[in-house]
Amino acid sequence: MRFVFKTSYDADISLFKHRAQAVWYGLLLLLVLATPLYFVAIGDAYLLGEITGILILAIAGMGLMLLTGHTGLPSLGHATFMAFGCYININMLGAGVPWVIAFPLSGLIAGVLGTMIALPVLRLHGVYLALATLAMSMLTSDFVVIAEPWTGGIAGAAVPDINIFGMEINRYSTPYKFYYLVLFVAILLVWFYRNLLRTPTGRSFTAIRDSEISARAMGINLTRTKAMSFFLSATAAGLAGALFGHSAGYVTNETFDLVMSITLLLMIVIGGLGFIHGAFFGAIVVGIIPVAIANGRSFLQSTFDMNVNVPGLESALFAFILICFILFEPMGLYGRWLKIRTYFELFPFYRKDMFKRQKSYLKTDRVQ
Amino acid sequence: MNLLEIENVTLRFGGLVAVDNVSLKVEEGEVFALVGPNGAGKSTIFNLISRFYDPAEGSIRFDGHDLLKNSADHVPSFGIARTFQNIELFEQATVLQNLLVGRHRHRQTSMVSNIIFSPKTYREELGHRAAVEEVIEFLNLQPYRDKMIGGLPYGVRKVVELGRALASEPKLLLLDEPASGLSVEETQDMAFWIEDIQTQMGISVMMVEHDMGLVSAVSGRVMALSDGKELATGTAAEVQSHPAVIEAYLGTGDISKTGTSRT
Repeated sequence: MRFVFKTSYDADISLFKHRAQAVWYGLLLLLVLATPLYFVAIGDAYLLGEITGILILAIAGMGLMLLTGHTGLPSLGHATFMAFGCYININMLGAGVPWVIAFPLSGLIAGVLGTMIALPVLRLHGVYLALATLAMSMLTSDFVVIAEPWTGGIAGAAVPDINIFGMEINRYSTPYKFYYLVLFVAILLVWFYRNLLRTPTGRSFTAIRDSEISARAMGINLTRTKAMSFFLSATAAGLAGALFGHSAGYVTNETFDLVMSITLLLMIVIGGLGFIHGAFFGAIVVGIIPVAIANGRSFLQSTFDMNVNVPGLESALFAFILICFILFEPMGLYGRWLKIRTYFELFPFYRKDMFKRQKSYLKTDRVQ
Repeated sequence: MNLLEIENVTLRFGGLVAVDNVSLKVEEGEVFALVGPNGAGKSTIFNLISRFYDPAEGSIRFDGHDLLKNSADHVPSFGIARTFQNIELFEQATVLQNLLVGRHRHRQTSMVSNIIFSPKTYREELGHRAAVEEVIEFLNLQPYRDKMIGGLPYGVRKVVELGRALASEPKLLLLDEPASGLSVEETQDMAFWIEDIQTQMGISVMMVEHDMGLVSAVSGRVMALSDGKELATGTAAEVQSHPAVIEAYLGTGDISKTGTSRT
């Protein structure tokens, strides 16, 4: 067990709790930076593309995590904001705007549009808010069809290549550059996210999540703060959408459908609600399942000559994993990791009920 | 000088008159207590001051500001902090984070400045952290600094909630049943803290409390309420011996008033 002796207030403000933690995260950074070397060595970048996809999902997941995990507002409509980001990016690139301007702008405009849509529904709570955002998500593909001049409608739209000051980046011809670009965006957003959580803005988000009434009594403007959270969340989703477009190369009205919205929400629940790590863990699970199923299928085919071409296997397996998580590990993968870590830190004093949530005290006299 | 002035305030929920034409004044530097049976409207008066409810009639003024012209989230900025009867802490956060939320009204930095963690944000954070440490020291919360609220015992939560209110450096502190559910020793601690808050920090305190021991120990003036109406105001001893107060708590003993005749 580690005891941290704090000698200044910086210890509570800095990004890492102690030096060992900083070293571990440094090693992780080195690992993700060095990952492409392995694929260069084997000369096949297919899996690197999958890893890039996971990072893009994690960026969208961070957006949703901020809203659902840290502000307590569920959303089943984040694919809509991804669609905003993706199509705005395509149109701006088409109009000749340089990528370094078009990309951040597509996120910001998606954020503004998201906030405008969110303002009327922000008075709703819990399942009602989820339903309102679900409706938004259901409308998205129809709107993509209607807005044909900008989206290409059912025929779809091709996504132009990224061009950063003359450096062309394409998912297939330059997978390594694309990986580093996405990694850069992801790390930047993680840093922003961490900063947010250790400063007043992030604290007001979590305050709203835990008790709206006392957040108000502390002087937090509920509508403004929720709108702020929605804006940041939709911005991250918009950036992820723009990158997703570059990764897919071609987007149609079915790309950002309801399934994607639901997948995003499931992702952060599986990863662990309320933790930045959760977005990444969830993205890894969501990204790995299709690859694992495809590999397992070809393995069974080649080794035992079994044909397991069952349609819908992926969604069924995904649903099964989700049910298992909700039943056995509501804190998600990150919660499981915390438990394992605590077990070894406190060995042999770990108790099974250590992470059990205490029943909250009576809330009969709540004003609202 | 009067810090808080409530004049002829009435609040109705449908046909029920929760607060009926109540007027009261809290002077600067005093401890003012509201007592009365359950449902008398004591907490409702707190919620009126916090602007969670809109009164049908009357006015509420604080330190020269008309509170009724401001929304609930503006009330703390004038220097009013409060606790809740059934602890309303941020459960999935540490004690330190809870106290830091109490500093919200002193926030100077914008969202963008927070996101990029500008030097200004850093300096502000250091300031908040130092201010919160003073509260931690005052309330002896050092052992719980990094503990999650979800795992803390009831008595400590009560103190954390008091600390969160104090962290906002208020002029007036509204304490809703600060001693409910506390042991005798914890109640004594609470009494000492309320005294210190009044005498050392110069913060006026308004509290709702059923524990008459605590009320007599700390408060200057006491107002007794029943069914939303003022019964009596004065020192704790005066109020306790007032006939209307005794009637509200114990009844009159007059059998003819009970409605069943024994003839």
